[in-house]
Amino acid sequence: MENIGALAILLAFCLSIFSIFASLVGAWKQKQFLIVSAERAVICVWALVTLASGLLINALMTGDYRLAYVAAHSNKAMPMIYKFSAWWGGQEGSLLMWNFILATYALVVVLQNRRKHRAIMPYVTTTMMVTQGFFLMLIAFLVPPFQVLSTGGKAIVDVGDGQGLNPLLQYWTMVIHPPILYLGYVGYIVPFAFALGSLITKQKGDEWIFTTRRWAIVTWLFQGTGILLGAGWAYSVLGWGGYWGWDPVENASFLPWLTSTAFLHSVTMQEKKGMMKVWNLVLVASTFFLCIFGTFLTRSGIVSSVHAFAQSPIGPYFVAFLAVTIAITILMILSRLDYLKSEAPLESVVSRESSFLFNNLILLASCFAILWGTLFPVISEAIAGEKISVDAPWFNRVNVPIGLALLFLTGVGPLLAWRRSTPDNLKRNFLWPMIGMVATIAILVGMGISHFYALLSLGLCTFVTWTIVSEFWKGTMAIKEKDSLGFVPSVIELTHRNTRRYGGYIVHMGIVLMFIGFSGAAFNKDTTVEAKVGEKFPLGRYELKVTDIKTGQNENFIWQNAVIEATVDGKPFATLTPERRIYEKSQQPVSMVAIKRQLNEDLYINFAGMGSGSQQPTIQAYVFPLVSWIWLGYWILLFGSIVCLVPAKIKMQYARTEVVGVSTKHAPVTK
Amino acid sequence: MNTTLKFGLVIALVVGTLGWVAASGVNDDTASYYKTISDIEKMDSNAKMKRLRVGGDIEKGSIKREGKQVSFVLVEESRKMTVRYDGNEPLPDTFRDGAQALVDGRMEQNGVFHAAKISAKCASKYEAKPGQNYQKQNSINQRPA
Repeated sequence: MENIGALAILLAFCLSIFSIFASLVGAWKQKQFLIVSAERAVICVWALVTLASGLLINALMTGDYRLAYVAAHSNKAMPMIYKFSAWWGGQEGSLLMWNFILATYALVVVLQNRRKHRAIMPYVTTTMMVTQGFFLMLIAFLVPPFQVLSTGGKAIVDVGDGQGLNPLLQYWTMVIHPPILYLGYVGYIVPFAFALGSLITKQKGDEWIFTTRRWAIVTWLFQGTGILLGAGWAYSVLGWGGYWGWDPVENASFLPWLTSTAFLHSVTMQEKKGMMKVWNLVLVASTFFLCIFGTFLTRSGIVSSVHAFAQSPIGPYFVAFLAVTIAITILMILSRLDYLKSEAPLESVVSRESSFLFNNLILLASCFAILWGTLFPVISEAIAGEKISVDAPWFNRVNVPIGLALLFLTGVGPLLAWRRSTPDNLKRNFLWPMIGMVATIAILVGMGISHFYALLSLGLCTFVTWTIVSEFWKGTMAIKEKDSLGFVPSVIELTHRNTRRYGGYIVHMGIVLMFIGFSGAAFNKDTTVEAKVGEKFPLGRYELKVTDIKTGQNENFIWQNAVIEATVDGKPFATLTPERRIYEKSQQPVSMVAIKRQLNEDLYINFAGMGSGSQQPTIQAYVFPLVSWIWLGYWILLFGSIVCLVPAKIKMQYARTEVVGVSTKHAPVTK
Repeated sequence: MNTTLKFGLVIALVVGTLGWVAASGVNDDTASYYKTISDIEKMDSNAKMKRLRVGGDIEKGSIKREGKQVSFVLVEESRKMTVRYDGNEPLPDTFRDGAQALVDGRMEQNGVFHAAKISAKCASKYEAKPGQNYQKQNSINQRPA
């Protein structure tokens, strides 16, 4: 079977190369049969990669321990679901999954566009297949997933049982985090391919933006979901109580999210005003390159990270691939500048246009700062000869002000008028939200809170919430009066008329809730004690008591847990049982923290182990205020994004370069 | 003042502020220098005051826990250094005998390294070595005829 798998990968590689040349020659010589043939090759690539993936999954599930990959990432005692997720538990398998997702996207694009976009499709196919060919090359020649174990001679060895999946990955969010993140990472290729295709064929209009708008939103949503699942996993499994540590791998997944967020905003400028055309191309290309770069960073061992893959020989190939594709893209943009002229000038610093501009500026600045910080060891070694790394406090120092500035723009941007805002307009829209913000800060100061950033953040959250609610309120009231509908039907009608606008507001609301959650970090409390059974210790308003230590064993791991009773003012509050496991096969210890989640704060307890001398349990207990708001915010964000994807009831016709009057702001539905 | 100039000024202000925050942020509290144990032995006492980041293997059997404090010996090519840790963050699960560890902190006068942060990666974490005696091979090339 492993021969069929390896052969399928090799064939898929050959077909992707064929597809590139068939597309290019077909487009050049205007031979339709070659273009169609190239697209059929894409379908075959998908079938072959699917076959290879199926074979690897089958080997993992049935336990074919002759295969090196299976022996390294699966074992008999592991539950089925983790045997399946071992598909992406290691370098080779996860690259195969990368290929599978890319091939699937390519398949969907080809099938969707059999009759549409015929002029640019050859280049779309080419772009996707160049990438596919590159990633297939990696698993065909450099890190093949279908290698067998042998003693050096010709005999194949069956080792009987494997090492098992890294126990840290044996957790439900880790089953879905990598695929979802990859769906994001890989998906950005589609907008990029269309952008490049339209650039090469000198398309005048903004067709690529309309075509790929939904792709961009869906991919952005996957990327965000993947990042947040990773954060949730870190919080519930890694046991250090944080959800974000500015680790290079986390940063790598965050960078394309930032540029694509910028992209989603600035396309509005191109759609409505025909501005920022070059900029949008740069953004969509950067996003794609950052995705490849992120994959490279995770796998090459260039910067040390807690959860990077082992060092492997694939690093230089990534650098070469990036260098070539970046060079081609820059050349293409430069040679097509004539087609990318802006159709309207920027008129005022205080306008909707400029708020988009600053939104982009700040997102990009953040992206650049994070990239700089992540690569600081590499940069400093190259320049000063000394390897210096910067850690979480540096990232926070730079990114907290950036985040707050963005939060501010979230509130301000949507309410500014196009072209220019008058002082009267500003006063009408922002007087009450400002008062709300000041009042919030005053109340919090009154409650004894003095942390500057937390105050500012929570104040801004009120500000933004107020502006969003007032937008919904104004629109709803207009509809309610005009169409004499009830309140709830009016809200739905309003949202349905312009789903992207109001869906966007809902997404903003989700972000606001997340910022409330982030602000909670300013008030974390913790304590570490070595407590005898029966001993009590305080933390914040809680009193904790270790009541029992239990041990046990199953076929996958041995475990020991501490039973801890928490009381508030003498009343029983909760019983938590943090656990330590040692996995049989890998001898890897894993702590399972116990968390009592509440809306106002989480009580979070980690069982660090038994003291070497005293043989008493060491308990680390934390109070994390407001963390649940982050996850809550995500659900709102998800809902908002889905709303954005629903087709709007009224098709907007934008008057390019014409005055979009200030009055449209207050009756948005009549545009 | 024309609009372009205004935009230029605002952009310069934003970028300048961020640049300043970023550059001034690289200081003793946030930046640490990658050094090997032998580098540290050669350093003068002044240079030792900097925050350092040292990698190595955890010597088998050297981990001792006493209450909050954890101590162990870090080994790098036969050179050894004692490390103590008393931070509030739980140690990573991968922190155990024989694992690779990266410690971040400062040297104390008595030659003990006081780590503020420890990250550990066990050698087998993502890329386990299945039965070290075996070699990986492509089956296609190696099959007996």
